Amino acid sequence: MKEKYIYQISILVILFVILTLFITTVPEVFLQSRIYISYLSIIPFSMILALSLTPLIIAKEIDLSFPSIMAVSGYIFAQSYLSFDNTFIAFFLCLGFGFFAGLFNGLIVVKIGVPSIIATIGSQFLFRGLAMILSGGTALSIMEIKESFISDLFTGRWFGFFPAQSFWVILFAVLIWFILFKHKFGNSVLFIGDNKKAANMMGINTDKTRIILFIQMGIMSSFCAVLLTLEMANWWPTNGEGYLLLVFASIFIGGTSVFGGSGTIFGTFIGAIIIGIIESGIIAMGLDGFYTRFIYGVIILIAVCVHAKILNKGKV
Amino acid sequence: MNEILNLKNAFKTYGKTQVLKDINFKLNKSEVISLLGDNGAGKSTLIKCLSGLEKFDKAELIINEKKVNLKNYDIKNARDLGFETVYQESSVGLEQEIFRNIFLGREITNTFGFINIKKEQEVSMHLLQNFLGLRGVGINPNSKVSSLSGGERQGLAIARAIYFDSKVIILDEPTTALAIKEVGKVLNFIKTLQEHEKSCILITHNISHAYEVSNRFIILERGEIKADIKKDDISLIELQSKLLTIQNEYQ
Repeated sequence: MKEKYIYQISILVILFVILTLFITTVPEVFLQSRIYISYLSIIPFSMILALSLTPLIIAKEIDLSFPSIMAVSGYIFAQSYLSFDNTFIAFFLCLGFGFFAGLFNGLIVVKIGVPSIIATIGSQFLFRGLAMILSGGTALSIMEIKESFISDLFTGRWFGFFPAQSFWVILFAVLIWFILFKHKFGNSVLFIGDNKKAANMMGINTDKTRIILFIQMGIMSSFCAVLLTLEMANWWPTNGEGYLLLVFASIFIGGTSVFGGSGTIFGTFIGAIIIGIIESGIIAMGLDGFYTRFIYGVIILIAVCVHAKILNKGKV
Repeated sequence: MNEILNLKNAFKTYGKTQVLKDINFKLNKSEVISLLGDNGAGKSTLIKCLSGLEKFDKAELIINEKKVNLKNYDIKNARDLGFETVYQESSVGLEQEIFRNIFLGREITNTFGFINIKKEQEVSMHLLQNFLGLRGVGINPNSKVSSLSGGERQGLAIARAIYFDSKVIILDEPTTALAIKEVGKVLNFIKTLQEHEKSCILITHNISHAYEVSNRFIILERGEIKADIKKDDISLIELQSKLLTIQNEYQ
């Protein structure tokens, strides 16, 4: 119990150290509200993916195909909006694709027995290819969608300033925390990652649970694609590509174990914020954008080392 | 009637190898029996079939005087009928809290499936204190199972089976790979099973452990039952030599 809190506190400390560094070096940027509003509009995209992927990592599975699922879903959303001029049809077709894409991954992993890292490398190419074939490699512009109800609902600026996607991501974080740690489904997820054999023995349907996790990941990738397409009013074929590393970095900085069986939603939440604020912080500090990745690397390594240290201390 | 389990004419083959040949045995209430025999004698297969993990090719299984439909017999079915298997090291999730381990797969939930964590913790505390005899020493329902010793982990799995009112508890090599002090703990847990009127099937390589806690011994060799002996009829030395004789016949 205690070790868990030590880690959560240490990751908060890391966040505040970084913020303090930014505020002291470039107060003209970081003492203004504008940068924070922009964070609130941008961070939710990678955060929603990271939150959704965390339970999969806890269950000792992985999904590398979500950026490609986003690309196809975003295309389906934009194209069906253009074709049917109905945002709800577009929305449900898009999420429907996410459902089937997740089911597809889940079945390959669980029923055929391909390790998820390999299966989703395959499906990553498959879905990205599908997005290219469907779109012919050209972007879609859907400026008019900014006027729609769904745009206000998901990515509007509430009270004139507050990006709606921030509300949705916080809601999702709370929901997934409750399911993971207070619901029996989450209990199954934790035990599958910890000791799948024991989970099986105790009558947990490990196959079904893992398939549901993949489906959940697929649907949330599609939802993220909807948010992104609404925010940008635009779809482009490489949609989602940049998120892969950011999402994994958020999860592992957050303290979710690479070995499965334990993880933290709070950690992923803070991890996504840390990853999200670094890039613009670095640029505001006057450093070259080329430094971004290097500094990501430093922070990820520090975080996982601290985590490993605490984990070892906790072992009896 | 005291009879809780009656297995008749059980057969099982893997490919061309016959692993169980016409197995017949009975188990009574509050009885602890040991399955003895060399590696490959068919002990594990028999246990896997009884706990629903695998299926007999052909058998008649009577539990509580009711014939079991073996076509639908799986882990869940076995547990519903009161069979619980405790496997060495693999029946618990080490990184999870004790209370989550106790209630795994049988959580106390509301209608929406959310767990009543407070209630689970209370029951777990009760089990820890009264069954495992752990008091004070910093162990509580929120501790991870990895903070328990090897023997205590076995005890936890046994306590779980008792709490959920299992009728037959199957223990697979419960004392292998444990320190001597820990072995004593586990053997004591097995003895308390009889106080709770539970039956137990014990698989072990260690004859003296088996002799200490069992009422009856079944010796398996090449998939066949070679002997079924009551403890009253045999001494530890005699049992050892009997086992050796049977094994030597087949070499």
